[in-house]
Amino acid sequence: MSVRLTDAPFDPGALLSDFARNRTETGAVATFTGLARAEAGATTVLELEAYPGFTEAQIGRIADQACERFGLHDLAILHRVGRIAPGDPIVFVATAAGHRRAAFEACDFLMDYLKSRAPFWKKEHGPSGERWIEPTAQDHADRERWGG
Amino acid sequence: MARVLLFGALRDLAGWRERRIEAASVSALCAVIGQEDAALGEALAGKGVQVAVDQAIVRDDAVLADTSEVAFLPPMSGG
Repeated sequence: MSVRLTDAPFDPGALLSDFARNRTETGAVATFTGLARAEAGATTVLELEAYPGFTEAQIGRIADQACERFGLHDLAILHRVGRIAPGDPIVFVATAAGHRRAAFEACDFLMDYLKSRAPFWKKEHGPSGERWIEPTAQDHADRERWGG
Repeated sequence: MARVLLFGALRDLAGWRERRIEAASVSALCAVIGQEDAALGEALAGKGVQVAVDQAIVRDDAVLADTSEVAFLPPMSGG
């Protein structure tokens, strides 16, 4: 299991190749890659702040839950921090399981958690100034589907 | 003195990220900050703000040691 933060751009394809390598009992690998949106020119830079140490530990706790709940063989989470350009990947989640349903669902579960509960603070910078982003009602509803 | 960290919108509102402040508990710390900066004091008590002491989420009556690290965490949003 791997939970990491990075302030450098990353290549989701390379991460998937690494994650899927040398698995002989894993029948399913699911991934999710989140990209920074330009919002039709309104966002020129997205800024992500974390609380180093705490952020990884909190994500690690939910990652442990996901492993147990969905019977995962493995998972990987990489999250950008710092200043991110539109089109660049912000987050990569990969899950490995015996069969596809568990891999898909665990990936969905982890993303719902990351959107509204993981210790990150997100600010949009654009031509009309800057704005902190808080989770939407939809983000909370998405997380509550999993019973918490 | 406790090491106090602000994140997200709280840091912008305060104009600082980290300070050392003398206080015996989280609620006492909030009172000290609120006396100096009423808007920040109000924001720290705002809905959805969580407090972590030494990287564990705590309640407002948590006791602080001289070496405590106190972080005020506004609503979180990743991904």
